[in-house]
Amino acid sequence: MTTAWIQNLLFLFLLLGIAVPLGPFIAKVMEGERTFLHPVLGPLERGIYRLMGISGGEDMGWKTYAWAIACFNLLGFVAVFVLQKAQGVLPLNPEAMGKLPTGLAFNTAVSFITNTNWQAYGGESTMSYLTQMLGLTVQNFLSAATAMAVLVALIRGLMRRTSNGIGNAWADLIRSTLYVLLPLSAVIALLLVSQGAIQTFGAYVHTASGQVLAMGPVASQVAIKMLGTNGGGFFNANSAHPFESPNAISNFIHMLAIFAIPAALCLTFGKMVKDRRQGWAVLAAMTVIFVMALSVTTWAEAKGNPGLRNLPVDQVATLQQGGGNMEGKEVRFGAGSTSLFATITTAASCGAINGWHDSFTPLGGLVPLWLMELGEVVFGGVGSGLYGMLLFALVGVFIGGLMVGRTPEYLGKKIEAFEMKMASIAILLPSAAILIGTAAAVLSTTASASISNPGPHGFTQILYAFSSCAQNNGSAFGGLSANIPFYNYGLALAMLVGRFGVIFPVLAIAGSLGRKKYTPEGLGTLPTHTPLFVAVLVGVVLLVGALTYLPALALGPIAEQLALR
Amino acid sequence: MNLQLRPALVAFIALSAITGLAYPAVITGLSKVIFPKQAAGSLIKADGKVIGSELIGQPFTDPRDFWGRPSATVDANGKPLPYNGANSGGSNLAPSNPDLKKAVEERIAVLRAADPDTTGPVPVDLVTSSASGLDPHISPAAAAFQVHRVAKARGLDEAKVRDLVMAHTEPPQLGVLGDAKVNVLKLNLALERLR
Repeated sequence: MTTAWIQNLLFLFLLLGIAVPLGPFIAKVMEGERTFLHPVLGPLERGIYRLMGISGGEDMGWKTYAWAIACFNLLGFVAVFVLQKAQGVLPLNPEAMGKLPTGLAFNTAVSFITNTNWQAYGGESTMSYLTQMLGLTVQNFLSAATAMAVLVALIRGLMRRTSNGIGNAWADLIRSTLYVLLPLSAVIALLLVSQGAIQTFGAYVHTASGQVLAMGPVASQVAIKMLGTNGGGFFNANSAHPFESPNAISNFIHMLAIFAIPAALCLTFGKMVKDRRQGWAVLAAMTVIFVMALSVTTWAEAKGNPGLRNLPVDQVATLQQGGGNMEGKEVRFGAGSTSLFATITTAASCGAINGWHDSFTPLGGLVPLWLMELGEVVFGGVGSGLYGMLLFALVGVFIGGLMVGRTPEYLGKKIEAFEMKMASIAILLPSAAILIGTAAAVLSTTASASISNPGPHGFTQILYAFSSCAQNNGSAFGGLSANIPFYNYGLALAMLVGRFGVIFPVLAIAGSLGRKKYTPEGLGTLPTHTPLFVAVLVGVVLLVGALTYLPALALGPIAEQLALR
Repeated sequence: MNLQLRPALVAFIALSAITGLAYPAVITGLSKVIFPKQAAGSLIKADGKVIGSELIGQPFTDPRDFWGRPSATVDANGKPLPYNGANSGGSNLAPSNPDLKKAVEERIAVLRAADPDTTGPVPVDLVTSSASGLDPHISPAAAAFQVHRVAKARGLDEAKVRDLVMAHTEPPQLGVLGDAKVNVLKLNLALERLR
């Protein structure tokens, strides 16, 4: 129990140690400056530009930028869909996996291009090695690169003055993939293999006693699934599978990999807008919410399952056992590491799991659910977390402006009706997808039949599914039988709305801000690097999340907690 | 608008080849050279045959062996098949689900029947199913709980078995990461060698 809290502190400390050098490095990469990786990767980057017939320096307006992102993602969808349909006749398929049904293939393709990685399939029983590599691993990289590109475009909108361009989408996509995601993934993959994660093209192993061990090129996919905050496991059990995460050290690497880039990007932002304090303020707001959430989960899961209290079961932590609520958890992680992982994976838009959230205590499960519903802006996804948080910052300065009766500004840009409309759309669309989707599922008898746990928890399973998909998280209350047409198509729609319903408004804001001129700070300007602003930002995020979701949460985890005595 | 089609196609194909083919192939090659045992699944072999992986638990039910955690994995038809290494997964039972309480009660009954002499409360990990269904570990408390049964079934001195458990107990890594644990397969293999 105490070790769990020490581990939590150690995690935050090491995370900072990674973010401080990584943030400015990403800024250099995205601004096209030379780094120590350029002697190796520079020729590759230029070679790709030459084949594309561009120089990489052409500035795009926001509409062209958005069109490029859309084309790129559409190609990704087609590739993943076709691979799943054709894997039966393609190579690297030692277990002879057949083609997937259309609904499932559609759901999975949407899921991976939107950085959600919702999985209505079990990897080791469904996908060929080729589909996992060339379909899913690729989208783990490219969906993360997409969000990094959009974020950087937004930052350029804030920095630039009376400019029509917000950067070149192709250069942003290629640079973030080649210089940031690829080298870090390679390092993480090898670290994971050193701990025991597997990496092989060999067929499944049959033991003398008849046990079948699923194999595959696992570590390379797992590394980017964490680093790109994608979360789609190579195996059904995800990061709980010993071949994905063999011990507590590999588990710790998984967790650091999720938050590394989202935390670093706050500092990238500070460097790019030439005011580091702005980045630290956003990072501070994220950390405050994260620590609150983490404390609740750690406490709730360590206490154990109240439903087993009357049985002769020892749930108390001692030197001889970790104890706590161990259903759906692994001994090598224990309740402590699993609580930390669950909080991280849902604060970020990762969605990998190292224990089943469905079996968490009601309060322990409420926290991951609510973190997703807040919009995954607490560190959040690679790129998407920070552009989401910057939307809340715009809302924050807007509310501040209303209080003193002045036109709100952020980083010297006037925030006017257009920006507020776009920010509101981007915040409301995913919420609408969650609540309307949940309501539709509850009203449908076929959709409700997928519930596996009785009582309020069954409702939570559906609410969790739509929250996870619309916010592009991908974790699940896994008992829900989601591989039916209602969920395959309904949740895919939620994923698309939650992804592109935010990306396009964000790019529109970037375009609009970029055209504006710089307004010097005045007496009525709310400074956005102070503790006061951090408090405003935290308040806005929590308030919007509470107003939108408390009624639904009361029907689910809160009711379950009250009933479970 | 039309302008973007060639760049889109070329960028997508190039990045797919790099991240989807070259990257996994290079990592596989490097892993094979630097960490050959780990990359292949940390397999345990005897007489040239693979008897398991030290990272993947196995279903032990003989009173002479230490038992691992309950496993909720199923076969291809959805029928229970504990420790199915080709289909990982957990029970996803909610803490409030009566089925969970029932399953725990049944597991306690099985443990009691196998060893009526050990009457204390059962360590929680021994009666709850793991996340992967393949958990290779139990807590040291769960191992201690089974020492009497195993020693009796094998006709061994309890102290000797307890020492063996102690020798196989791994503390939290780096002192604070994860929980203390005992690898069940390795413990049982060592038990076989014990005379």
